[in-house]
Order: sequence, then C-alpha cells, then structure tokens
Amino acid sequence: MKGNEAIAEAAIRAGCMHYFGYPITPQTEIAAYMAKRMPKIGGVFLQAESEIAAVNMVLGVAATGKRVMTSSSSPGVSLKSEGISYLAGSDLPALIVNVQRGGPGLGGIQPSQSDYFQAVKGGSHGDFKKIVLAPSSVQEMASLTSTAFDLADKYRMPAMILADGTMGQMMEPVELPEPNAKSFDKPWALTGTKGERKHNIVNSLYLKPEELEKTNFERYERYKEIEENEVLYEEYLMEDAEICVVSFGITARVAKNAIVEARAKGIKVGMIRPITLWPFPNKALRAAADKCKAFISVEMNMGQMMEDVQLAIECKKPVYLCNRVGGMIPSPEEVLAKIESVNEGGDK
Amino acid sequence: MSCNILFAGFGGQGILFAGKFVAYKGLLENKQVSWLPSYGPEMRGGTANCSVIVSDEPIGSPIVSNPDVLVAMNLPSLDRYENEVVSGGKIFVDSTLISRKVERTDVDVYYIPATEIANEKGISTLANMIITGKLLKEVPSLGFDGIDAPLAKVVSARHQDLLEVNKTALKLGYDY
Repeated sequence: MKGNEAIAEAAIRAGCMHYFGYPITPQTEIAAYMAKRMPKIGGVFLQAESEIAAVNMVLGVAATGKRVMTSSSSPGVSLKSEGISYLAGSDLPALIVNVQRGGPGLGGIQPSQSDYFQAVKGGSHGDFKKIVLAPSSVQEMASLTSTAFDLADKYRMPAMILADGTMGQMMEPVELPEPNAKSFDKPWALTGTKGERKHNIVNSLYLKPEELEKTNFERYERYKEIEENEVLYEEYLMEDAEICVVSFGITARVAKNAIVEARAKGIKVGMIRPITLWPFPNKALRAAADKCKAFISVEMNMGQMMEDVQLAIECKKPVYLCNRVGGMIPSPEEVLAKIESVNEGGDK
Repeated sequence: MSCNILFAGFGGQGILFAGKFVAYKGLLENKQVSWLPSYGPEMRGGTANCSVIVSDEPIGSPIVSNPDVLVAMNLPSLDRYENEVVSGGKIFVDSTLISRKVERTDVDVYYIPATEIANEKGISTLANMIITGKLLKEVPSLGFDGIDAPLAKVVSARHQDLLEVNKTALKLGYDY
C-alpha cells in the first residue's frame, strides 16, 4: 500500500467520515482514495474550489464535533495556514496532512522536509501550537493517523501529519489499525440544542483583551500538559553512543543505514528519532547531551530542526548539519561521511 | 540477504508496474519489501525509475542508489546508472532501445531485445514484463515460481483479462 493510501484508510478506520481537499502532488492519492471510499460508506468527500475553502469546510465540520481532515502539500498548506490558526483559536480538533515537497514558492514536486518551521512553530498568526507527527514508514503513516485524531480530540486542537513525498509515494507492507473511533466527550460541539441546553459558541474572536489573554494562557497550560505526556520518539543504538544522530521521517531511515555501516567501522553512533516534532523530545536529547560528544542533525532543509536540537541541549555540545534540499535526499554514504568526519573532530 | 533493484526508463514503459510486480511477489513470499517511485509530472515521456528492495531483514532506507540489479530500458538510464551498480551486480539491458554495450567488466550483463520481441508478438506495451521475466530467471533470490498471485494483485481489477498476456510476456523473457 502507498503511504498516502495508508493515511486515508487509517483515517476512515479512526472514524473520519469527512474529507475536504484540493489536489496537489505528491499527496493526491489521499484525495483519490477518499473519493473512491467515502461515497461507499456514507461519508463525505469534497474537492473544494481551493485549499482555503477546504480548510474552512474542515473548521465547519470540526465545530460539530465530528472527526474531519484535509491534506495537501507544501504550497497548499501555506494556503491553509489561515484556517489552521482559526482552528487553533477556536479550540477545534482536526487533522491536517502535509506531504512535503521542495520549496519555497511552487518549488518542485520531489520530497522535502523544509516545512518543519511552518509545522512546529505555528506557521500562521497568533500564539498557538499544533501536535506534529512525523511518520518514518508506511506503517507509521497509518498508525500515527489514528494517534493524531485521538490527540486532537483529547486536547481540542489541530494535529498535523508531517510527511514528505517519499513517505507518500512509497509502498511497503502495512498492518492497518483496527477500526477504532475512540469516543471523546465533546460538550462544546455544535449539535443543536434541541431546546434542552444553552447554545454553544465556537469562535476565535475576543474583542476584550482580558478575555483573549485568558484563552491564550489556558491554551498554553494545555500545551504544557502535552509536552509532559505526549512526547514520542525512538532511540536506536543509543546505550553507548558517543555521537547522536537526530533525524525524522525518510532521512531517519537513510541515517539508520549509515549508522549500521559506521558501527561496523567501530564508531559509537546512535540515533534519536523524534516521532512527535511538537512536542519535541527535549528531555531525551538533554540526557544524550550528557553522554555524547556531538550531535548530527540529518534533515532535508537548511537546518530547521537543528535549531530545536540546539535549544533542547542548551548548546552544551556541538550540533552539525547533514542536509540536502530542493527535492534531493541525502544518501547513506553522505551521512556516513559526516559521521566519520564528526568522529574525527568535527567539520562545522 | 537483500536484493536492491533499480528499474529505470522513460514514462509509459511500465517501469513502475514492473517494480510493483516484483515487490508484490516478494511480499507474498513473506519477505520485507519496499517500492519507491521517482518520476516527473508527465504521464508519458520524461524519466521514470523505481527502487525496489526485497529482503529477509527489515529495510532501512528505501532508496536504491547503488543497485545490485539494474534494469535499464533506455540509454539515458544506462548512462546515468551504469557506474552506480555494485561490483558483481547484474545489468539487464533492453537492447532494442540501447545500442551501446555496457562498459563495466565487473558485472554480469544480459542483453534482451525486449521491445522488439514485444512488437513481434503483438504485445508492444509489455517489453517491461519480458525483461522482468529474464530478471526473475537470472536473480536466484527472486525466482520465477509463483508469478500468478502477484500478477493478479498488480493488474487492476478492470484489466484482469490482461493477466494471461502478462504471463506470456514474463515467459518470453524467461525463455530468451
């Protein structure tokens, strides 16, 4: 199954019956899959007139408490940014999938990770976060889709799957999650009062600054809780590692190959792979900073995650960058060469 | 044991399809597999290639940059990837479309006029499967047995009538 299809099927199995989107390479298989499946199961597939329209339709359904998603690729996600801020400001759960391609501008159609900042630093106006999950296999494209819906519902906020063109296009065997629409209490949802309760208001406009300040503070209290409880990461050969590679998504897999080869040459290197990019695995990295002599951030952008690594370890140890951009993917040989040069004293 | 294969040609030759077939064959034999396409925005023309890994171990990077096996279905692909093949690897060349010989001497080379055979037999769109038939024969870890089930998987439901002709193409390659 293709990674994109795995996301679509997993979303349906998580009880998502509403999909709104607009085509763009390399994520169109998600929309195509939804177009085929949704009418058969009584769900809604709608190709909107634009990305902006699609994300606002998502907001509408989210306000009713139903599970809903949209998907796009980099330039399309920029268009959705406004709506994502409104979702966050209205405290609404929804899933946004970004299957990244090279940028900026229209960029290219080959894989990239250059929307890291956009994904984890808000990406649109206002103080807010979204939960960002970075799958590294087709299996995780499916399982993290379920996780994203659950976390979004639990904390009443948008969640994002940050994948890339490789993860979207590649095929691997996948065990699909069991149908499981965990039920979350949503007393805030607009479901019609039936004359039995006071009406709910879903809104992101607060003209009194005291009130708006309060919503912001409350939201950040919730974010603290998420940072405490929902961090996901994988440690690989870290027990005795002197060099710590940090990488997510497709580059983590390339890095794994390089680490195996470096180990064969006697270099003590391991990897921390963030699965949640926000919340970021700060504690695990800080612990690694006490043991390791250097870090290498392997990513397909100009060093965006590297800054989060530096923040996490409070610049206690040097962080080197191993990157390709514009649709290029680093090869295991390139990563190995970087590991070797860092092992010999660094080449920053 | 891991076999890293790169299928390369131009769009419309069925490069991705052939790769998908080999990946599914591995999957149905309970091996670890990955299939990763790389192509331009064109439906036909342009370059198309795909990385297929069939392995007994979990697969790390799905990107094949140094293939054990290269299937080259046009000259730009052979020019581009000939020197990337590992020493002792295998190169399959569609000799109808590629007139030059492989320069490497440390690899096994198989020349199959796949496009010509396909045209002669009136199955001009199936040169990809002819060359794949030869591939299954010459790469022991893949093998020719059990082609029916993966074919049924990759040939779409509305084209199941094309199963037999795909099988014929694979056999033509196997017997060449």
